[in-house]
Amino acid sequence: MFAEFLQFLFSGITVGAIYALVGLGFAIIYNASNVINFAQGEFVMLGGMGTVFFIGLGLPMPLAVLLAVSLTVIVGFGLERFAVEPARDAPIVTLIIITIGASIFLRGAAQLVWDRNFHSVASFSGSDPIMIGGASILPQSLWILGCTVVIVIALHMFFNHSMTGKSIIATSHNPLAAKLMGINTSMVLLMSFGLSALLGASAGILIAPISLTYTGVGIMLGLKGFCAAVLGGLGKPMGAIAGGLLVGISEAMTAGYISSAYKDAVAFIIILAVLFLMPNGLFGGRGTERV
Amino acid sequence: MLLEIRNLSSQYGRIKALRGIDVDVDEGELVALVGANGAGKTTLLRTISGVQPASEGSVMLAKREITSFSSSRRVKLGVIQVPEGRQVFGPMSVEDNLILGSYTRERAEAARTIEEMYTRFPVLKEKRHQMAGTLSGGQQQMLTMGRALMAKPRILLLDEPSMGLAPLLVDEIFEIVSQLRAAGTTIFMVEQNAFMALEIADRAYVLEAGQITLSGTGKELLSNEKVIEAYLGI
Ligand SMILES: Nc1ncnc2c1ncn2[C@@H]1O[C@H](COP(=O)(O)OP(=O)(O)OP(=O)(O)O)[C@@H](O)[C@H]1O
Ligand SMILES: [Mg+2]
Repeated sequence: MFAEFLQFLFSGITVGAIYALVGLGFAIIYNASNVINFAQGEFVMLGGMGTVFFIGLGLPMPLAVLLAVSLTVIVGFGLERFAVEPARDAPIVTLIIITIGASIFLRGAAQLVWDRNFHSVASFSGSDPIMIGGASILPQSLWILGCTVVIVIALHMFFNHSMTGKSIIATSHNPLAAKLMGINTSMVLLMSFGLSALLGASAGILIAPISLTYTGVGIMLGLKGFCAAVLGGLGKPMGAIAGGLLVGISEAMTAGYISSAYKDAVAFIIILAVLFLMPNGLFGGRGTERV
Repeated sequence: MLLEIRNLSSQYGRIKALRGIDVDVDEGELVALVGANGAGKTTLLRTISGVQPASEGSVMLAKREITSFSSSRRVKLGVIQVPEGRQVFGPMSVEDNLILGSYTRERAEAARTIEEMYTRFPVLKEKRHQMAGTLSGGQQQMLTMGRALMAKPRILLLDEPSMGLAPLLVDEIFEIVSQLRAAGTTIFMVEQNAFMALEIADRAYVLEAGQITLSGTGKELLSNEKVIEAYLGI
């Protein structure tokens, strides 16, 4: 009974951590620009598929991962420079539609360059489950949790203790004052896209050994990450993490105790309920003001 | 001249906000700019800082044309503005606000300057871990001044620093401005409070509907009939 619950919890936290990473990507770009980047899911896809591709070329795993992340970050920079930046003064809705277009383009390009098949990626270290309290957990799950914790701590340090991180936060609160401090605010936007691409790619690579990857993987993972970010109150990094875990755990519990057929619906039911009852997200309070 | 503005124009879409402005600010001078609501005072400062494009004319800093420079490049050259309306980074700590003021400077030097700021504005030291948005209006204005000084300005642009403050705090702000002037800081200050501004200014300009209509020493303008009628409310 308890073992079963624990089992569901483990799998919930595992995917939840992935959603959290994707959600963080949404939050960072939203903070810097008020744009919801619907190409975030494609960063996840590029991370996973890029790794598959580079391993296919015969490269060792760590190098393949590094190249896949770099590729995704470059795509993130490109998306900002060539798609978002030229339309910087357009209404936010236009920018959001641009990101949707970019996601369709990236997915299509990936299908042309690669294929539409499912690919597996080897676990980072072994695949023998570890037993804890009667439930089993895959070593890859521990990798996911460990890497997520490291990434979150690193992000926290970056945003709170480095001048560059602070300049990004300052720009999100008051772009005019930030410019008057000498901050190059268009650089800040570029960095946020790079950072979000980094997070998305990491999520895609970490989850690939557990759930297979393919060129369409970004659609669902992107949406779940978006749910996580909205649940957390768009633009609140810690909220996105909590939102991700909440979605992941609810899904796993639904799949376990009800039916896995309803699994994907859960995230959307939660989000509708939250938006209806608490429009500013679970940790909302008043909306962030922007001048 | 440290700052030389020649024939400067700027517009918002088709609305001409500045029309052929000529303004000079010499090294160490305190120059005031007075004018009614909507005259274009803020636009002039924004254009000097490079956050608003000039449509004509030039801005020179120490004989170097900076009209086409980005705002961040101008900050690096020491053109530092305290914008109107106390634009602190509200959810960030007082200390982080100050640190951001030194964005373009060496870390080690900035650390020394922050101690100077804490000496100059003890209230900021006391509240340094508090969110800037929780400070009172006067304290926020001290913070924006301190934040600007963190950049070691060659020229400090102040946009209505006393706006919306209680009389006692207005005096305090003017006191600080006079002290900065005495310490050799070059200041170009926009003020609604024309009387106090003209009293402490070396020279001043009057801006009306995007054009400079009068200029002179602070004393001259204080006794000018038009100024008295329009701005001193006598
Ligand atoms: N962002 C903007 N878009 C369009 N017009 C603007 C904008 N900002 C200012 N203006 C117009 O430009 C003119 C000058 O405005 P500006 O803010 O420079 O005046 P000001 O002298 O600073 O006024 P105040 O004393 O109210 O601060 C005004 O007619 C104003 O309506
Ligand atoms: Mg103004």
